[in-house]
Amino acid sequence: MAIYLHRGQKILVQGITGRQGTFHAQQMRAFGANVVGGTSPGKGGTLVDGVPVFDTVREAVGETGATASIVFVPGPYTKDAAFEALENGIRLLVLIPEHVPVADSIDIVTRAQDLGADVVGPNTFGVISPGEGTKMGIMPNHIYRPGEVGVVARSGTLSYEIAYQLTNAGLGQSTVVGMGGDPVVGGTFVSVLQRFREDAATRAVVLVGEIGGSAEEEAADYLSTLDKPVVAYLAGRAAPAGKRMGHAGAIIERGRGTLESKERALSQAGARVVTVPWDVAPAVAEVLR
Amino acid sequence: MKLYEYLAKQILADAGVPIPPGRVVDTPEDAAAAVREIGPVALKAQVLVGGRGKAGGIKFAETADEAPQVAKQILGMDLKGYRVERLYAEGKLAIEREIYVSVTTDRSRRCPLVMASAHGGVEIEDVEDRHIVRRHVDPRVGVLPYFGKEMAYALDLPAGLAREFGDLVEKLYHIYRQYDAELVEINPLAVVDGHLVAADARLNVDDSALFRHRALPVVEEGTPTEHKVSEIGLAFVELDGDIAIMANGAGMAMATLDTIQHFGGRPANFLDAGGGASVEPTAQALAVLVGMHPKAIFVNIFGGITRCDDVAKAIIQVKNTEGIPVPLVVRLTGTNEKEGVALLEHEGISAYSEMDKAAQQVVALAGEGR
Repeated sequence: MAIYLHRGQKILVQGITGRQGTFHAQQMRAFGANVVGGTSPGKGGTLVDGVPVFDTVREAVGETGATASIVFVPGPYTKDAAFEALENGIRLLVLIPEHVPVADSIDIVTRAQDLGADVVGPNTFGVISPGEGTKMGIMPNHIYRPGEVGVVARSGTLSYEIAYQLTNAGLGQSTVVGMGGDPVVGGTFVSVLQRFREDAATRAVVLVGEIGGSAEEEAADYLSTLDKPVVAYLAGRAAPAGKRMGHAGAIIERGRGTLESKERALSQAGARVVTVPWDVAPAVAEVLR
Repeated sequence: MKLYEYLAKQILADAGVPIPPGRVVDTPEDAAAAVREIGPVALKAQVLVGGRGKAGGIKFAETADEAPQVAKQILGMDLKGYRVERLYAEGKLAIEREIYVSVTTDRSRRCPLVMASAHGGVEIEDVEDRHIVRRHVDPRVGVLPYFGKEMAYALDLPAGLAREFGDLVEKLYHIYRQYDAELVEINPLAVVDGHLVAADARLNVDDSALFRHRALPVVEEGTPTEHKVSEIGLAFVELDGDIAIMANGAGMAMATLDTIQHFGGRPANFLDAGGGASVEPTAQALAVLVGMHPKAIFVNIFGGITRCDDVAKAIIQVKNTEGIPVPLVVRLTGTNEKEGVALLEHEGISAYSEMDKAAQQVVALAGEGR
């Protein structure tokens, strides 16, 4: 079992003929993902590494029966791509692009809620379930192993670092979810934790957060319901207030979103809070004991 | 992107929000002319920081005679690190009371949020929660006049103001959507002669949506070095330490700063070299770090999409052109790690595979730490 993904799930790649789309479609398939088609207007009828390309999502869904889609288009075009997917029956949408206008993200997330669809991202590295042998994302394949640790993160490379250390410590992962680094994203820590709660394959959760917003504090409120051990590592201790640390969402605004308040909330809720990335794996080993 | 007050005011006025008469002034003589046109004015420094009044950035000029003298006190002054180049001369108001109102995005509810308080003129964070009224906006529906009117009654505003407040909130929401705003804030929203007037205004536009707003004048914030790196297309923030840092990915870059600090070092910057940056921008960014004259440089790469050999090539390129005259510590793990390490070793640069050991080493080489 896993969350969001399952073995054999039929996946579309929107923007498959672009440099990123082509590369990551190939990497996803190398990991075992069932990529059944791609879209690229004007390139319908062609193949990318043997994967059929369609002009529209409507046609692609009609021909392949896909219900999940991963989007590789520039930020300004993401809303259009997302709505095209949602209106044609896609119910799991992974939005890789960064620089998506927040107003567009609000519209996408609102529409997805109305349709009962899941949105991961935008500005995410995606989702990977090693035990299911599938992924929808841009993470490097070789650092993951099947296992019992669920990981939810706002940041890509930092989650890679942590997954890699878990793997090296013999701690495999059930599902690793990137929520995305933008202010408005489809998932929240709480909605992902709810899924991990239901997931029999997940025995412990690693939460990789950062400064800005209040997602970590809200996650803390949920921990008593989660009923599984949580190890939390948050980045941004050295960040000054008022400066965006790369992610549009990572900013301490007028005293809100500081690391201290997040760590305090998580710690009080019973999470094991570690302050350096290399302490995550040993802490997970301990809570699983 | 934050807009200057005078630009925000112009946008408010265009949307039909009442603002005091005013105009931009950039010389002391022009301040006198403004008083002759408008009457007694507040001369307000046009800088992108809050708390201008307390910092001496807002002063009153009653007459055309005294206006140049008052303007000279503010023009050119340093206001929380920003030089005042321009003033906004605005008709002095006989304010009866001050209200607060803003439209922003609620990140956790993922929808727009209108906030108002009967106690304006101070930062909203300093207002007690029970004095604040919050209403979420359903983006499918938007804001109609009743929405703000209800808020006005919840705030106990006089009935005469409720209708004006309803109209005002509708207009602010329209501006929020039209300009892809992160924040539209009127604080204080003044009551003058029994009517609402926007005495101050903030309008921050979502950087990711600037492609839809090419007509807006570009307002540049930040240091010259920050501008240089943003031209390469990378995220960079200058800090006050002396160990320059490059990492790939925003979270990783933040964690790298934290790690340096953990070992007692002082980071000079945040630099996200991108999730998959190629040789050229990486080399350019590294060259900028060298130009900052740090005590040491730390390159911390977890190769995912970024390839370690590309990073190694960038390092070697800078070493053999501009030169790297300070200690350099490199950590390379992940995609094409072996190739990257081999390239560096050929040039006499050793690389670490673990982040903690590398960070400790760079802090020691910078002569810092415990």
